[in-house]
Amino acid sequence: MNLLVCISKTPETTAKISFNADSTEFNTEGIQYIMNPYDEWYALVRAIELQEAMGGKVVVINVGPAENDIVIRKALAIGADEAIRIDGEAKSASYVAKQIAEYAKDKSFDMILLGKESIDYNGSLVGAMIAEYLDLPFLSYASKMKLEGNEATVTCDIEGGVEVLKLQIPFVVSASKGMAEQRIPNMRGIMMSKKKPLEVIGPVDFSAKEQITKYQLPAEKSGVRLIDPQDMDELVRLLHEEAKVI
Amino acid sequence: MSILVYIEAINGNFKKAAYELCNYGCKLAESMSTQCIALTNADSSVAQKLSNYGADKIVNFSHEALHDSKMMTKLISDFAKANDASVVILADNSRGKSLLGRIATRMDGSVVSSVTTLPDLTNQFAVDKSLFSGKSVGTFQMVSNFKIISVSRNSIGVQEISKPSNVETFDASSYSSDVSLVETTRVQGTVPLPEAELVVSAGRGMKGPENWGIIEELAETLGATTACSRPVSDSGWRPHHEHVGQTGIAIKPNLYIAIGISGAIQHLAGVNNSKTIVVINKDSEAPFFKAADYGVVADLFDVVPRLNESLKKFKEG
Repeated sequence: MNLLVCISKTPETTAKISFNADSTEFNTEGIQYIMNPYDEWYALVRAIELQEAMGGKVVVINVGPAENDIVIRKALAIGADEAIRIDGEAKSASYVAKQIAEYAKDKSFDMILLGKESIDYNGSLVGAMIAEYLDLPFLSYASKMKLEGNEATVTCDIEGGVEVLKLQIPFVVSASKGMAEQRIPNMRGIMMSKKKPLEVIGPVDFSAKEQITKYQLPAEKSGVRLIDPQDMDELVRLLHEEAKVI
Repeated sequence: MSILVYIEAINGNFKKAAYELCNYGCKLAESMSTQCIALTNADSSVAQKLSNYGADKIVNFSHEALHDSKMMTKLISDFAKANDASVVILADNSRGKSLLGRIATRMDGSVVSSVTTLPDLTNQFAVDKSLFSGKSVGTFQMVSNFKIISVSRNSIGVQEISKPSNVETFDASSYSSDVSLVETTRVQGTVPLPEAELVVSAGRGMKGPENWGIIEELAETLGATTACSRPVSDSGWRPHHEHVGQTGIAIKPNLYIAIGISGAIQHLAGVNNSKTIVVINKDSEAPFFKAADYGVVADLFDVVPRLNESLKKFKEG
């Protein structure tokens, strides 16, 4: 089993989001970064489980600058065997997908895994794009995956339920909650991660076809109206007459 | 030129979101002085309903493998080319997300998911999209000639727009799939969280899974769907699919009642687009109160049953 896991770097979940003075750029000052939780907890750990059960190797790939190496080393500490960093600026989903597809196209991976979305841009685009470049099936929002020989049985979240699909490897799959359990790297993993190969390669030319021109924060609430805990009739009245939601 | 909206019927029927998608296509087509074509898997009698929501032309097709993103990408892309579509619009759900990036790549177009506004045609087809799981909004310009978007639920609402359109049928039998569907299971009875208008959610303040009876009773009285915070689903008190927040489901119902949830930033990210937020917490310093419209500072075990009684009285009255 040769598995490729795409990982992205995102601001940590408690990060306070702000922008520069003219609201054209995300303010990175003081922001701590982590591996995108969907990539780490579900895609990476499931790939490592498959490698443990069936042999082969897990390669992680990231598109970004040298600062990302700390996140990549964490993936190696959790249990990936090798890492690739494509030294480009991850400015759009299509750029990232193009770089990963270019790398993967002649490597015959059995499976390419990633999280269902990144928690910063919430695009949910990269996996589908890689699959189209490589002409592979793509399953999104997978919450369970079994493999028997070359046949995979995958449970995917759909609107209001799940569907169970069967297909042959190779394919691309995006992972959602349930696919695996988060693993914390142990000391041995952290020590070994320093010796594992991390190859840096250059990007191919690609220009994005969409650009962010402005950021804004969501409209603020005008302030909470406190209700007397003894008077729930009043809350019901307000929800009906003022908020008009019931 | 045309605008193409792909509208999937679920169990043979359309949900409210399907009509909103059709409305979106119609309004965009009107502003671009072109026609809105709705492509759907629904039977002709169901598909015809889209003529009440602004579709100038309705085309239906039948295929077993709607779940196969590779095949559906070919089908929709071929159809878009044959009908000279410059914009393709999809639903912002897992199905739409499995197609969006693929079709964009195949058609070499600009793509934005989870769009919340109609495009600003005076500003390079600029659309807004929620970012950082609801903590911010970004405006994206789409510069390619071909554009594809998925439209977030409850973005423009639903209105009836009657058009004298009839249903034509598209023969999809030449498209084959190598992904087979074993089974589909949908939650019965309650409205799934992503589409729920009313949500009752509870957190660690509940102290244990055995206490959820009062939450379920309140949800039943309201006709609401139940949800929970991450610590609750991680502890196995409630199923994973109830987890709302940054690493769970992002929702935007009309009413979100948060009970015994402190309101950590990761939780707020997934729910702060709710229209009205009610927070019940005994800690008046809980950060959730800052994001709430209405707050009750009280012991939830005392106040939730009484809120339920008041609601029952209201429903009966």
